[in-house]
Amino acid sequence: METFYQAMRRQGVTRRSFLKFCSLTATSLGLGSAFVPRIAYALETKPRVPVIWLHGLECTCCTESFIRSAHPLAKDAILSLISLDYDDTIMAAAGHQAEAILDDLIKNHKGNYIVAVEGNPPLNEDGMYCFPGGEPFVEKLKRVSADAKALIAWGSCASWGCVQAAKPNPTRATPVHQVILDKPVIKVPGCPPIPEVMAAVITYMVTFDKIPELDRQGRPKMFYGQRIHDKCYRRPHFDAGQFVESWDDEGARKGYCLYKMGCKGPTTYNACSTVRWNDGVSFPIQSGHGCIGCSEEGFWDKGSFYDRVTSIPQFGVEANADKIGFTVAGTAGAAIAAHAAVSAIKSTMLKKQDLQPLDPATSAQNKDKNEEKV
Amino acid sequence: MSYQTQGFTLDNSGRRVVVDPVTRIEGHLRCEVNIDSNNIITNAVSTGTMWRGLEVILKGRDPRDAWAFVERICGVCTGTHALTSVRAVEDALKIKIPENANLIRNIMQAALYVHDHLVHFYHLHALDWVDVVSALKADPKKTSELAQSISDWPMSSPGYFRDLQSRLKRFVESGQLGPFRNGYWGHPAMKLPPEANLMAVAHYLEALDFQKEIVKIHTIFGGKNPHPNWLVGGMPCAINIDDVGAVGAINMERLNLVSQIIDRTITFCEQVYIPDVIAIGGFYKDWAAIGGGLASQSVMSYGDFPDHANDYSESSLLLPRGAIINGKFNEIHPIDLYAPDEIQEFVTHSWYSYGDDSKGLHPFDGITAPKFELGANHKGTKTRIEQLDESAKYSWIKSPRWKGHAMEVGPLARYLIGYHQNKPEFKEPVDKLLHALGAPKEALFSTLGRTAARALESSWAANKMRYFFDRLITNIKNGDTATANVEKWDPASWPAAAKGVGFTEAPRGALGHWLKIADTRIDSYQCVVPTTWNAGPRDAKGQIGAYEASLMGTKMAVPDQPLEILRTLHSFDPCLACSTHVIGEDGGELVSVKVR
Repeated sequence: METFYQAMRRQGVTRRSFLKFCSLTATSLGLGSAFVPRIAYALETKPRVPVIWLHGLECTCCTESFIRSAHPLAKDAILSLISLDYDDTIMAAAGHQAEAILDDLIKNHKGNYIVAVEGNPPLNEDGMYCFPGGEPFVEKLKRVSADAKALIAWGSCASWGCVQAAKPNPTRATPVHQVILDKPVIKVPGCPPIPEVMAAVITYMVTFDKIPELDRQGRPKMFYGQRIHDKCYRRPHFDAGQFVESWDDEGARKGYCLYKMGCKGPTTYNACSTVRWNDGVSFPIQSGHGCIGCSEEGFWDKGSFYDRVTSIPQFGVEANADKIGFTVAGTAGAAIAAHAAVSAIKSTMLKKQDLQPLDPATSAQNKDKNEEKV
Repeated sequence: MSYQTQGFTLDNSGRRVVVDPVTRIEGHLRCEVNIDSNNIITNAVSTGTMWRGLEVILKGRDPRDAWAFVERICGVCTGTHALTSVRAVEDALKIKIPENANLIRNIMQAALYVHDHLVHFYHLHALDWVDVVSALKADPKKTSELAQSISDWPMSSPGYFRDLQSRLKRFVESGQLGPFRNGYWGHPAMKLPPEANLMAVAHYLEALDFQKEIVKIHTIFGGKNPHPNWLVGGMPCAINIDDVGAVGAINMERLNLVSQIIDRTITFCEQVYIPDVIAIGGFYKDWAAIGGGLASQSVMSYGDFPDHANDYSESSLLLPRGAIINGKFNEIHPIDLYAPDEIQEFVTHSWYSYGDDSKGLHPFDGITAPKFELGANHKGTKTRIEQLDESAKYSWIKSPRWKGHAMEVGPLARYLIGYHQNKPEFKEPVDKLLHALGAPKEALFSTLGRTAARALESSWAANKMRYFFDRLITNIKNGDTATANVEKWDPASWPAAAKGVGFTEAPRGALGHWLKIADTRIDSYQCVVPTTWNAGPRDAKGQIGAYEASLMGTKMAVPDQPLEILRTLHSFDPCLACSTHVIGEDGGELVSVKVR
């Protein structure tokens, strides 16, 4: 990867100017001249990738999740792995001092920074349902993304729209890939995503200097390639027909399968049943509540969280998200009708209409780009 | 132009200073102030700059699902909206929850308190007081002496601080300061000596490591954090201590993990958080006379932590309940969340329309349609706002009032009410803290008072986790393992129409959800949220809210570096996603409302 020094040189900055920059940096930090060569050395040899973490319409659960990471620890990620230069939730600077950092990154790190987006832009009311810094968030997102190396769409808000985009989506909250069409967008869905998965995606990118292998929907295959049901420790109870029939019944106390209580594990692609949550302590099913499918597109509009899933595609563990995706889209009749029919998925078709890309043509190009390495 | 309200004189004739974004908060907040020739704030304008419209999204949904939607109002105070929601549904449908469910909910709510307060102090608020770069100049040995003089916390050796300082040095020398870039280092209002700064930086990092441990309590009972799972009628986590299959339920191993985290949390609060607040506060005693705002006039708490399941009366609630107005602390008024003339929301200066914008509406009768328009005196354009016009509509937050009064809510409000109810568990720690700082009782009405009350409350909540945990064990020992009541799980058992109110004290203050159910579906859903109380704009009478009031009269050392504004706003722990999601029951027509 290009170091900060190389980037500056490429932009026509002389060595003399570079050293002057180091000197100014030292001065602005209240450090003596002895620090200048050390700062210069660091910038010449081992830069950390600058990350701009933007917040649109969101609830900050993704940031909260990120700081829960046990490996790497959030402090090590922030101090040693990336350079989290802009994140309104934790940054020291505010107002003009904060916005000056954005301007500097866009100008001096062109093409070298990662934009991590938490939340999404609303498009109604000229974007003024969210206007940090006095301008519509969608404009800020576009401005900052124009010179980004890649984008990470943290969580279900940035990836799919999530709760504010649930019907009737009053603000027209729109996922990132429908607004930023000319950059790779790595979707890391979930409400929020698993802490260690978030940390793993970003460390993968800085360690291997490429974006992870993505599935057709733009999610890293390594964490979103299998359904929760496939790897659920309660799966043997499903296969044996042992179900929780009612909250706190004998089956609940024995840890039986939560399928009849509405568990969405059979249709949800995520790593909860393997990586688990908060340093592996538990995950929703282990703690007695069904999966609500929070990493799936439009999961808010697929009926009640307690409605039984009526379409479990007949695939084994080896089926990946892409194949299942084709199956669901292609043959609606592939549903298992063995269980009592509930209208859990009748809104699926509507959901797809709601989340059409703004421009299907450019979006398709975007999809191709997603599959390239940066 | 100038006018008087609530004892403040608002004058917007001086230089205007704009802070946007206000960082180190949840969500998006803008603040504009006017300062006079002495750099003293004479007018303050608080603006919520986001709106999501969750309540309109809830209309027509299954009330049993509502907790999951409203939980996503906020991922910082995660769980507290969900708890409020299941209480509202249970109130509407008259569902009684088992004692164990109440205890587990209380443990989870208390875990949230400690986590939220700790992260607020160390990761959102501390950089207002702590100069990270100054820590490089500290003597590690003297830092160790300082740390050991205020606490028994073991991570305090000279070597520990030396190692930390070298890591910090390497970090600064990299020239990539990350989140510490462009901070207010060397600002004249920064008063800590280098050793105190180094100690605080160490605890910033330790607290970052430790906060992820506290939330494991949510993970055990709720499956994950942020956004654990809840259940109308109880809790979804079944208890199985003796039988086959216990490994798939709350068992002895799970309970031991909870117990161990509780012990560690109590220790961290007592040995790190509170000593740090006293030590840092000691260098900023001037802030015990700055930022009081409404705290000395009008404060309110709904109360929370029911000692007995299903009893939400004042006598059952462990956190105090009541309202104080006009500075009369010897008179604590009861609160009725159903009374149409008590809690009302105004939109005179909010980007919504009631038709008649001079009236206030009770949440059960709330009507809201967004109406985004800028006043004639704004500067900039509609999509590039340089300066707002506070004489017109200027925020996505509504203005709630209690019997017409603007109220401050939050930890300080709770402690002021508990203190004046002469409850020892609130009064004694406050008196001890005031003694340690050598400050009078009036020092509580301040930026520092707010920050200190939050620290005391963390310790209170950590100890309450132990209290509720021990009661849970006693119940299990007595053979009671019930966690859910499913008598009314089936919507067929519900009345055709029902309405209910759920309330909690969220970490940031009084939180209420007002719910109407019709034909087993949500007919209307209204949330009135702590940051709405504190951050809301002016009302029809021009009365200012807690944020605006708290900034009045503050002197800024360097107006272009708004450190003083950040200190006071942060002392409320702003949560903007919470405050700005509100929409009324006729929100179904929202999409057809023509706004311009």
